[in-house]
This record gives sequence, C-alpha cells and structure tokens, in this order.
Amino acid sequence: MTIGSVPVRFGISVDHSRCMLCGRCVENCPYDVFRKEGDTIHVNSRKCVACHRCIAMCPRDAISIREHPVDYRSHPVWTQEAREAIYNQARTGKIILAGMGNAKPYPIIFDSLVLDACQVTNPSIDPLREPMELRTYIGKKPKRLEFVKDGDSLSLATPLAPNLMLETPIMVGHMSYGAISLNAQKSIAMAVREAGTFMGTGEGGLHPSLYPYQDHMIVQVASGRFGVNIDYLERGAAIEIKIGQGAKPGIGGHLPGEKVCEDVSCTRMIPVGSDAISPAPHHDIYSIEDLKQLVRSLKEATEWKKPVFVKIAAVHNVAAIAAGIARSSADAVVIDGFRGGTGAAPRVFRDHVGIPIEAAVASVDAKLRSQGIRNEVSIIASGGIRESADVAKAIALGADAVYIGTAALVAMGCRVCGTCYRGLCPWGIATQRPDLVARLDPEIAARNVANLIHAWTLELSELMGAAGINSIESLRGNRDRLRGYLLDESIMRVLDVKPVGA
Amino acid sequence: MIPVTKVEIDASRMHYTPLNRRIREAIASGADEIEIFGVLGQRFIADGVRGDVTIRIHGVPGGDLGMFMSGPTCIVYGNCDHAPGNTMDGGRIIIYGSAGDAVAHSMRGGKVLVRDSIGYRGGIHMKQYQDKCPVLVIGGEFRSFLGEYMAGGLILALGDPAKMSRRERGIGSGIHGGRIVIRGSLPDDRCLGVGAAQRPLSGEGLREIVPLIHEFCGYFGLDAEPLLADDYTEIVPSSSRPFANKYTWE
Repeated sequence: MTIGSVPVRFGISVDHSRCMLCGRCVENCPYDVFRKEGDTIHVNSRKCVACHRCIAMCPRDAISIREHPVDYRSHPVWTQEAREAIYNQARTGKIILAGMGNAKPYPIIFDSLVLDACQVTNPSIDPLREPMELRTYIGKKPKRLEFVKDGDSLSLATPLAPNLMLETPIMVGHMSYGAISLNAQKSIAMAVREAGTFMGTGEGGLHPSLYPYQDHMIVQVASGRFGVNIDYLERGAAIEIKIGQGAKPGIGGHLPGEKVCEDVSCTRMIPVGSDAISPAPHHDIYSIEDLKQLVRSLKEATEWKKPVFVKIAAVHNVAAIAAGIARSSADAVVIDGFRGGTGAAPRVFRDHVGIPIEAAVASVDAKLRSQGIRNEVSIIASGGIRESADVAKAIALGADAVYIGTAALVAMGCRVCGTCYRGLCPWGIATQRPDLVARLDPEIAARNVANLIHAWTLELSELMGAAGINSIESLRGNRDRLRGYLLDESIMRVLDVKPVGA
Repeated sequence: MIPVTKVEIDASRMHYTPLNRRIREAIASGADEIEIFGVLGQRFIADGVRGDVTIRIHGVPGGDLGMFMSGPTCIVYGNCDHAPGNTMDGGRIIIYGSAGDAVAHSMRGGKVLVRDSIGYRGGIHMKQYQDKCPVLVIGGEFRSFLGEYMAGGLILALGDPAKMSRRERGIGSGIHGGRIVIRGSLPDDRCLGVGAAQRPLSGEGLREIVPLIHEFCGYFGLDAEPLLADDYTEIVPSSSRPFANKYTWE
C-alpha cells in the first residue's frame, strides 16, 4: 500500500429519477462500468474511460460523466499526468503505452494562422455560380512538355509519370486492419470511393472484402512487410513506403498477438496469435541510396505503373530528408506531424518526439522549391487535421493534399477516449471483437465519412471563393493568403508568412 | 515430353527495366527457360515476376534479385549482391557462389540456396503462414544478426563448424517464430541474440532437414554424407513474446 489507489479519472452518476432501467448502459459498456441490481443501476467509475457509449445510448439522458472528480492539490509543474505516470512506472518499471495522438498542450500553429478574404480590390467568387477546381493530381509533374508535330496534329512527346486523380484534396490516411476493424475499413473504403478520393490500407495487408475498392486504396509497405506480395502491390492504386509515423517517430510497431485473430492473420499472412513486430528500420534501407532502391524495386515490380509514396514523420531535419526522397524516384512524400494519431505508442514518443505539421510542410515546400525539384514530388500533409480550415492552411503552406485519420474515425462515432489499445472499442472501430465490430454498420458509417469529406470540400470551395481563388492550384503554397496571429517572428520566418496587419 | 521453349537474352550494357521487360515478355510468350548472359550488377532481376519458369543468370546480378518473386526458379552462376529473395513469395533462388547482406529479407515462401557464404542479417524477419514456409540454406559462413526478428520459416547453415567465427553476434536476436539450424553449434553463447536460445537438434528435427541437405547437395554436386553424419543445433525463440514485458498502459 505504498502508493495506494490514485483518484478515479471519471466520475459517473446516474440520475435515478430519470433512469427507466432499460439496461442499455449495461449492454453497451464493454468495460463493465454498469450493473443492474434489483431496481437500481450501480456504477463502478474506476472502470470508465469516457468513451461516451452509455451517454449516446441512454434514452433518458440519465447518465453524466465528470472528468477528474477528485482533484489533486493543484500545481503547475506536478500535473496530474506527471504524478500518475510516476505512480505507474514506480509500480511496473515499464515503458508507458498510450493511445491516440500527442496529448501535451503545445500551442497549435493552425490556430494562430488566419485566412484571407477579398473585399473590393479583387472580386470574391461564388462557388454556387462559378466552377471551383478542387481536382488534385498526386505524383510527378514534368518540368516541361515537348510535343511532336505530325501534319496538322500535335501530340505529347514527354512521357508522363502515373498520378492519382483526387476529386478533393482530402484523403484518409493509413489505419491498418488490426488497428481498426474490418467494418471501419469498409466504411472508409465506401466513403472514399463515393468522394472520388483515396485511403491507405495501413500495414496490415488487404482483406479480400476490400478488393472491390482497391482502385481507391493506397497499399502500404512497412518494415514488417506484413501482407505484402506482388498481388497486393498490383491491387493498390498507389504504394506507400512507411518509414516513420508522426505519433512515434523512429520506432517500429507492435501488434500484440491477442489482436491477431483468424481474419487479421490471413491479411497479414502470419499465424493466429503471433505478435506482428515491425522493426524500427526497414532492413533493406540503411541510407538514402537504399531508399531509392526500395522505391525502384516497388516500381519495377509493378512495371512503373503505380505512384510510390514515402511517408516520414515530421522531425527536425524533415526538409533535408524530403529533398532526398524527392530524388529517390518517389512520386509523393507524406509528412506526418507530431499530432498524428495511433492505436498505441509509447507515451514519451507520442508527446515529445517530432515537430508540428504546419512547420514541417512549410519547410519541405520551401526546400524543394529552392532546389528546383518541387515538381518531382507531391506533398501530403497529415497529423492533426481537424477541420476544413486546417486543410486550407496546410495547402497554403505548401501541401498538395492532406490525409485525415482521427477525423474520419470521429465521423464514425469515435469519442477520442484514447483507449484504442484495449481492443474493446465500444463503437466497433478499434476492436476485433465480433459483437463490438457488428455495432458499426458500414453503410451508415460510410455515409458519415462521405458527408464529412463532402462538407469540408464545400467549405474549402467557399474559403477559396472568398479569397478570390477558383483553383486549388492557386491556393497551393500561396503564403500570401495566410497571416500569423501572435506567432513569433522566428516561426513566421519558417512558415514564410507575414503577421496580421502586414 | 513437352518441348522446352528457351529464350536467350544478352544483358550486357542493358538497364534493369528493359531486361525485366524482356523476361516478362519471354514468360508471356510461353518460355519455360530463360538464359541471361552478361549480367553485371543489374538490380531487381525477376522483381515481382510470376510463373513456372527457370531463369539462368550468368554473371553477377545486383541487389534485390527475385524481390516479390512468385514462382520462378533463378539459378545464378556467380555471386549475388545484397538481398536476393527480398520479400519473395514463392519459387527458388540457387546461387553458385556467395551473396551479400540481408539475403532472404522478409521472405515469406520459397527457397534460397547459397552454395558459399552470405553477409550480415541473413534471413532477417522471415515469416511463415499456412502452407508457406520459407527456407534459406547456406553452404558456407554467415555473419552477425542471422535470423534477426525471425517470425517463421527455416534457416539451415551447413558451414564447417571448425571455420565458424566466434565474433559474429546477435544470431537470432528478437526471433519470435521459426528456427535456425546450424551444423555443429555456436562457438560461444555470446553469439546468441537477445531472446534466442540454442539447443541440440532432436532426431525428429534432423529427419526434417535430411531432404533439404540432399536437395542442397544435389544442386551443387556435393557429398551429403559428411553433412548427414554431423550434429546440429537449433536456435529458437526463448519466448514467443520477446517484447511482451516492456510495456505498461497509461
């Protein structure tokens, strides 16, 4: 009893005057918070993770959840998180794993950037009556075009590299089958097909029930090479090499054996119950020259028909790394900022390693332009994109398109409780338990995700119209459409934006 | 007997992309044997290639020979650069010589047989699933980190135990499936990687490798008897969950 119990994180109360004893809370809570005894619902608050499933299902609004019902003595340095991490590690002596993205209250640069709008000097554009060009091509663009004249007709002589055609610059990033459920992947797949965009498979192979959507899927090759064979590579619309991930730069991944069920085992091509360990490095990449070799091996295997992306975590030297990637024959570089989500990551990495996506995208774009190779690769920004304004700002800072991850899960019901690693997601998203997975209806969830992409696309066209821009290409890297609000001068220099009023 | 359709390719001064295109065209036109001459460092030969075909390679192929390959047999009359059989799915690579680092990296099916020696990280992260069980056989020496992160399959090292270096380290480090069988035993327990354990190969285990030894000797014209007469050691995971005790939840 040296340390004893720490205070409960969430306090639950049931208003018995409102409760009608329907028992939905009991049925819905996979964490066993609720139990019915006689004519009363009893609770065990200690088990609550604030997933809000009970709140969503209670027909009488009889349940309330309060965070931190018991305060520690307040202290600006010794926060509750700091103290509880110490209690945990004093007990176990282990590395703390945590879910979702960065949980430190770092300032969000997006929120200190404001967008532009026209007034009288140039006309704003009404997307209702004027065409708005949001179509985005991801891949290499030729430096110049050459034509041959044959009599009266002119034909293109420059060979074009394969590109992905997106109807909106919003894609859904890589969340593997294993990390999320098959129903969740199916929902996203149906949504991106409808929206004319793409999703990533993550490092978990491609389940046969997703084959109908393969033209909208970017297949991932990570260091564990799970589920990777020639059939998988040929099915994808594009191939992505995962070098790093924003939530845990520099380390590998580890899907615990208990999550490797029959179906997960078949797509990852490993035995049921075995740990799926992705080492930190790819063991055929020990230098930037080796990366070029992996990129080219994938292109050669698929006869140069597929764009190959390289995903890296946003870290200190991201611009130099991206410049190396641009010279590796890759078609796009995905930069995952330090707010990127994950099912599980060591807390110390999640909260302390990497840099924000805003600064990373701006510096990569600037570096590639300064070297005259911006046309060699598209830039995909990811990690912490929460709304259409973030998309507009990321593009104005130099991105071609964005990946969303957590936002798409939230569209399917996720409450960002950050307990993905327990495998008990009551929304049927981050779980493989059949009864929980069945709670997610792919038809409905797909509608929700498609609606979200549609709504953001509408907002993006409105924002562009207000700024007098009718093509996404005119927004890309257009720093003049941004102003920094209470950002310090050094950050504004990195972002290459002026302060408000300037 | 069905006549063999053979295609010959002169690869001298040819880039790997047109070379692979020629290989694919030959397979598509029904060739069951392709003989390539003048190979000098071309990477990615037979990368992602499918089919029931024998590809004979004269010269020294570059890295990633037979990467993602599914079906063909590649016979190399010479040495290989690094990572032949990288993420290979099925088929065979038979090397009449030595090969570089990361041989059979992440291989998930088929066989890689190397007559002589290999570099570092041989068989790293090999894995097996259902009927797919990759096999790497090495006739000579291997270097550090053989079978690192190994998740499945079999590595068989037939090199002379008397010549085995005591300096190689990290053999089988992080192994969590499959096994490494070596002739004799590791000269020193310090050669073993984290999470790996060595033990004498049982009679049953020996019976399993006998056909492989015969196959290996058959390809390279070697005498199987001294190999069969020797003792073997297997290196296996000391636990199937090498990383299970590192973490606690928030």
